[in-house]
Order: sequence, then C-alpha cells, then structure tokens
Amino acid sequence: MNRKIQQFVFANKKVVLPVTVLILLGLPFVVTNSYFLHICIMVCIYICLALSLNLVTGYAGQLVLGHAAFYGIGAYTGALLMLNMHINFLAALVISAFITGLFGFLLGMPALRLRGDYLAIVTLGFGEIVRLVFVNWKTLTRGPAGLPGIPSPQVFGFTISGRTEFYYLALILTIFTVFFMIKLINSGVGMAMQTVKNDEIAAEAIGIKPRKYKIMAFVISAAFAGMIGCFFASYISYISPTAFVYNTSMTILTMVVLGGLSSIMGSILGATLLIIVPEILRFLNDYRMLIFGALTVFMMIFKPEGFWGTGKRRRNIYKINSEVPSRESNS
Amino acid sequence: MFLQQMINGITVGGSYALIALGYTMVYGILKIVNFAHGDVFMMGSFFGLFCMQVWEMPYYMAFPMAAVATAIMGIVMERIAYRPIRTADSLTVMISALGVSTFLENLAMLLWGTGTHAFSNFSGITISTYKFDNIVLSNIQIGFIVLSLLLMIILYFIVNKTKIGVAMRATSHNIKTAKLMGINTDRIIAFTFGIGSALACVAGLLVGIYYDAVYPLIGYSYGLKAFAAAVLGGIGSIPGAMLGGFVMGIVETLGASYISNGYRDAFAFAILIIVLIFRPAGILGKKEIDKV
Repeated sequence: MNRKIQQFVFANKKVVLPVTVLILLGLPFVVTNSYFLHICIMVCIYICLALSLNLVTGYAGQLVLGHAAFYGIGAYTGALLMLNMHINFLAALVISAFITGLFGFLLGMPALRLRGDYLAIVTLGFGEIVRLVFVNWKTLTRGPAGLPGIPSPQVFGFTISGRTEFYYLALILTIFTVFFMIKLINSGVGMAMQTVKNDEIAAEAIGIKPRKYKIMAFVISAAFAGMIGCFFASYISYISPTAFVYNTSMTILTMVVLGGLSSIMGSILGATLLIIVPEILRFLNDYRMLIFGALTVFMMIFKPEGFWGTGKRRRNIYKINSEVPSRESNS
Repeated sequence: MFLQQMINGITVGGSYALIALGYTMVYGILKIVNFAHGDVFMMGSFFGLFCMQVWEMPYYMAFPMAAVATAIMGIVMERIAYRPIRTADSLTVMISALGVSTFLENLAMLLWGTGTHAFSNFSGITISTYKFDNIVLSNIQIGFIVLSLLLMIILYFIVNKTKIGVAMRATSHNIKTAKLMGINTDRIIAFTFGIGSALACVAGLLVGIYYDAVYPLIGYSYGLKAFAAAVLGGIGSIPGAMLGGFVMGIVETLGASYISNGYRDAFAFAILIIVLIFRPAGILGKKEIDKV
C-alpha cells in the first residue's frame, strides 16, 4: 500500500504539490485553536531538525547521536545575540547558523578518523559536553535557570507575535530547508556524499575526497539545526538546557529512521508523526510514553526500513514499472 | 586526598565496568548497541529494592533473586524487540532499543513513582568505616570493589574455560559459521543478554546501596557513561570493557574533585574523545582494516 501511495505521489507531482502548499497556507484560517497551531509549529521545527540530521546520517552515512547540541547552540547563540546585543532576528538567524556550522566543522574533524559506532559515541559525548556547558557556564547562560524574555522576531520592521504569524514564519523556514535539501541531494555534492556513504574507497578511486564531503555534510547539517534553534528560541521566548538533552537527539534520530533513512519525504513524515502521535495519545495519561515506547518497537519490527524509505533509488529513470529492490538483494 | 579519590574512582569504575560488560558482549556478538541497557541496570536496582522492601529479604538473598529476574527480563527483551529485526540495519535495531528504553523508564515510573528511593532502611547493612592513615574506607565500598572484581573473574572464567564460553566466542567471531558448526546461536545470544543483564542488575544494586538512592531515570547517565567506557576500552572486547570502566571512573572522580564538580560527566566524555582521536578503536580494540 505504501508503495502505491509513493507511486501516486510521484506520478501526480504537479497536482499534489500545489494542493499540499495550499492546505499548509490555509491551515490557520481553518483551525484557529492556538494549541493546534503550536503543534504545527513544533512539527515544522522538527521537520527541519530531522532533515538536517538526515543529511549527515542518511545521505553521508555518519551516525550522529548529538544533534540536539547543534539545535541548542543555535538557540543559545540566537537568544544571546537578541538579548544582549539587540541584533535583528534575521541577522541572528544567519549568525547562529554560521556559528553552529563552525561547531559542526569542529565535530566533523574526528569523523575523519572514526567510523560507525565510535563516531556515534563521540557525537553523543559532544552532545553531553555541550549540555553541561549550558548548565555550568552560569555567567553566560544562567545555568539551569535558562534565558527568559527572548524578544519576538522582527522581520522587515514587522513584529511577529501571534501563533498564526509564527506558523507562517516556521512554514517559510521549513519550505526553505526542504527545497535546499532536495536541491543539495540531487546536486553533484549530494551525489558525492552518497558515494562516500556507500563506499569510501571507491569514492576515493574516482576522485571524490571523502574528507571534504563528510565535513561539508556536518557543517550544513549543523548550520540548519542552528538556524531552526534560533527560531525556536525566539518562538518559545524562554530556553533552558532541558530542551537540548540526549532525549531530543534520540527523538530526532527516531524521526529520521522511522520515516526512512535517506529520504526527504521520510524525514518529513517521521517528524510529523512523532510530534502528533504523542499528542493523540494524551488520553492515556500516565500510560502515554509507555505505549509510545512499545509502538516504536513494533513499528521497527513491522517496517524495518521506515515508512517512506527504501534507502535505494526511487526515481524510475527508464520508466519501467519495476519493483523497488528490497534490502536483502542489495546487501 | 589523591589516594582517597583513586579508591572512590575505582569504586564507581567497578559499576561502569559491570554495565559496560553487557554492552560489549552484546556488541561483540550482534554488532548492535543495546541502548536499553542503562534501563536494564535501573530495573535491576528496583527489583533488588523490591525484594528487600516487600519480601523483606536480606541483601545476600536479594542480590541473586534480582539478578535472575533481570536476566529473564533481558532475555524477554531480546526475544521481543531485537530478534525479529536481527538482520535489519543496525540503526533500526538502535531505534527499537530506544523504544524499549522509553518503555522501561515509564514502566518504572508507573510502578514506583518518579521519586528517589532509599536503600538504607531495607538493605539491613550497617555502615562502618575503617581508617588507614588518611584514607577512609567503608564496608560498602570494600564490598563493592570485591564483588565487582569477583564477578569479572567469574565472567572471564565462563567465557574462556567453559563450553558455553567457547560457543559465545565462536558466535561473536562469525555467527554464520558458528551456526554451521552446530551451535544454537539463538540460545547463545539469549544467554549473552541474560548474563549482561544480570551483571547490570548487580551494578544497579551496588550503586543503589553505595549512593543510597535509585530513581527511574538513573539509567540514563550510568548507561551513557558505561557505553562510553565500553568504547573507550574497545567495544567488543571483554577486558577492554573492564579497563575502560575503571579508567572512566578514576578520571571522572579525579576531574570532579580537582577541577570542577559540575563538569563531572564532561570529563568522562572528554577522556573518551581524546583517547579515540589517538586510538580510533579504543585502548584494547582491534583496528579494522578496509578490504577492497
């Protein structure tokens, strides 16, 4: 059934795309419930996070378990810039993306020497160290008390304050991220990243420098996480280290894998579901996260390759009605 | 001061080593990181507390009871959450493990509440301290170190000298070949999960009694640091996990006492990152060579 939906979407791209955009644009007119809009904004934020993680983990094949650190660095940079230096939101957005990108470069360096699970634990350690710095550097971050009163964004002299306005801003950032990622993945750089992921030695043999593309994936991924972190800080107007813990990193990774590795649609779907499902499960009260944990396990058993992911080429270049190859035949 | 901190570090390191053994044994055989292991540790601690509190067992009875219960839980966990996807991508298994972790944490919260539970009222152990020059040792600390070393020696004996240990090593070398040689690999994997969980349970009880506290989210920081210890020693290597655990405990305690207590966990991860930059496969790990 899943495959039929995929084929339908790709066949009717010209219809599906504008309809989706219209639905997304019209959403605040239909639902005026502010709680619902908050969920929509969180979905947008997590779509960006999942997409940025998907770039480095799904497409470049580097397992990162500390993505929340980048999110946090972006949020803190943006918040401090806006609070202490009264910098405009758009400038803060760019600067925090840039600074987080630098941290991505820093973390990308050990990635050149490490692989697989060793890299994973280094990124996990990086995430923990960043969190501890947030907690302990009290003169700058105010420690566990967090930073309150982050100003609302001002875009071209227009102050964004209501949920609806925030929703449109989040939507613009998300659409920008989605299109950037699609363009990047299908560009030469994206192809080179995927080559490095599939076979480093073969990539080197045909003149692709694995170092360069791994670092590039780290930097771009971090920059996008930082950008959305800055938006988050401005939206929620109060940040504390508890938002950027190991659990957040793991949630983002779960979105990517549950949606399907190396798939833009997969990340979008994964992020949407993982934000909405716990909200739907609220009627279960205390049993909510218990059921959610069990659901995650059953989902992985039921669809090990994720909702939308085949992990393989989706585009049917030769217009042959071929079956999507399974994992077994390719390994 | 220095010697005192070394001994405190070794005590903490013993618990990291015991948990790290569970990570490393599972990784050695299945090449997956069992992210739910920290929560198995937590559940083990709670099982022990339950035995002492509700069934009023003395501590020497509660330890084996809880270890057996945790081992069974580990085996059930493997059967339900890992075995059906054993051939899938390792990331898939990791997400499944995260699901198990969420499940166990919330189960513990439902069963025992979110608060901190003390052991001291139920364990029946009276703390006595001994003084040598300026070093203070408590009987709990001595018991901690002795028991963790004893369990490591027993594990070393099982892995190297018994038939099931040979089967375990064969399975971790090459699971397909081991199967062809007539080893029931499913049973070996279940056995590995059982042993790892039992060790984590003992670590949980020791930590619970030493710090006199257990709470549902305790597995998070212990699990992460023990995983880091396993990688530090070279994941997949049993002596590596023991060494990594002790190194991590000592570095963390020394860093916390001499530099800054707030960055206690950061020292643990910083030493890991530094070691991995110079030895990418850990202290005792074997370097994998790319074959074309």
